[in-house]
Amino acid sequence: MNPHRTQKIAFSLLFLATFLVVALVGAIVVIIVQKGLPAMTWQFISDVPREGMRAGGIFPAIIGTLLLVGGAIVFALPIGLLAAIYLSEYARDGLLTRIIKLAIVNLAGVPSVVYGLFGLALFVVFFKFGVSIVSGSLTLGIMILPLIITASREALESVPRSFREVSLSLGASKWQTIQHIVLPNAIPGILTGTILGLGRAAGETAPILFTVAAFYLPQLPRSIFDQVMALPYHLYVISTQVPNVDEKIRYGTALVLLALVLFMNLIAIIIRYKFRMKKKW
Amino acid sequence: MRKFREFIIEKLVLLCGIASIFFVVLIFLFLLKEGFAVFKTVHPFAFLGGKSWYPISEPPRLGILPLILGSILVTVGAAIISIPIGVGCAIYIAEIAPKKTKEILKAGIELLAAIPSVVLGFIGMVTIVPLAKMLFHLPTGLTALSGSIMLAFMAMPTIVSIAEDALYSVPKTYKEGALAMGATHWQAIWRVMLRAASSGILAAVMLGIGRVIGETMAVMMITGNAAVIPHSFFAPVRTLTATIAAEMGEAVIGSEHYFALFAIGIVLFVISFGINVTADLFLHKRQ
Repeated sequence: MNPHRTQKIAFSLLFLATFLVVALVGAIVVIIVQKGLPAMTWQFISDVPREGMRAGGIFPAIIGTLLLVGGAIVFALPIGLLAAIYLSEYARDGLLTRIIKLAIVNLAGVPSVVYGLFGLALFVVFFKFGVSIVSGSLTLGIMILPLIITASREALESVPRSFREVSLSLGASKWQTIQHIVLPNAIPGILTGTILGLGRAAGETAPILFTVAAFYLPQLPRSIFDQVMALPYHLYVISTQVPNVDEKIRYGTALVLLALVLFMNLIAIIIRYKFRMKKKW
Repeated sequence: MRKFREFIIEKLVLLCGIASIFFVVLIFLFLLKEGFAVFKTVHPFAFLGGKSWYPISEPPRLGILPLILGSILVTVGAAIISIPIGVGCAIYIAEIAPKKTKEILKAGIELLAAIPSVVLGFIGMVTIVPLAKMLFHLPTGLTALSGSIMLAFMAMPTIVSIAEDALYSVPKTYKEGALAMGATHWQAIWRVMLRAASSGILAAVMLGIGRVIGETMAVMMITGNAAVIPHSFFAPVRTLTATIAAEMGEAVIGSEHYFALFAIGIVLFVISFGINVTADLFLHKRQ
């Protein structure tokens, strides 16, 4: 066959494959927005679920998710950032560094439900935190650790070597250089990674199934050792466990969750974009 | 004083650096601690090869073969769909799309990666499931096939982004050489670029499959959750991940059922560990 015709056919097929995927992504977002919007009332956002979750709102689930995500980041950001500093500023190429990198890759690949088991065994049972916000947050925190390390490391490594050399040659110590020169220049990248981690933590269901999520709890938690409802688990519950829930409520919950996650991603993208425009090197 | 501070900070940073190793080991140890107890009553081979999973019957029958086969069936289906489409997508984005389109397509794929799996599961329930039921005249649309389609879609971001990286890092001279010899663009891609990027593409496929095996919520919501040995793509199945997620809530802590679910966790951990280490080796081979 004529090679140019082969090329035409091949390229059309490749285009079709790509178009199929991206169009489906678009369709999913459009469907959820379109069918979820009618449910968006102030009552839906601010009220507790009523009548066995068949009416009312999703306020406790929203607050629960925000608390969990906040807790996760408080735990994961300091450790992740310091780990990234180690890898980019202190580590030498060697066996230890290789093993650390491999561990990060593995941590990122552990199935989310296995994180749930781990959180149950370590935090709920072994440390006796019970099914609580602490247990859930810590589990989510460990889960997003690899994401934060990887993003922060990339941000730190993209600061030019000459910046460090100038600072060191002026008599600053290594830590002073990191603190005053490297970190400030890497902050946008670190922030981007952190926000993406937040989004990831907000959407995950399996790690919180046995560590924190409450099936139905129409009140706000009083301490970090209480259970909470969470948006992703609530969506799972009302779409599979509770019969006869109005479709509007299901789509509405999906929309709020999706909007929360995409909003975080959007902020990350904006920060990345602005930073690229401002970059001095 | 300053030296002392530097010393302390260096140690603290090192400590956080090795935290990842610590956590991987900790996860494995705690899975072992809780999961190993099941092997006191069930022989490991009977556990892995046992054909019936009735964890709450008396005495419980804890054979996870139906679950392993369920996972394999759904994963194979997802791989068949996602590998050609995903690699095709990567080729199109890396090689063919004009620059502006490329950015839009990449954003679309990233968007897919950001959508929570429970939302995708929900969408699958209201679209794929009724569609499968209608098209194939089945009693229920909650089948292995529905799960495979959804999972293929969910593996896409992993496969596309890593395969695209692999294609992108093939030296420009390879392609230029091929074009200079009179090859068409497609011949250069097919005969030169794909071969040169093969180890990276293989890693992409493996990590995509790893994602599929580990996926929990979406698969639990649309595969029908029948813990029996599957005989066709058109029947409900139950995967390893879904079993843990669906049953742990009811398992009594310290019961045999509880231990068995942790033992399934060990199996999943070992599989994902194997996949990630191998994929990492392939990615490093390239450099």
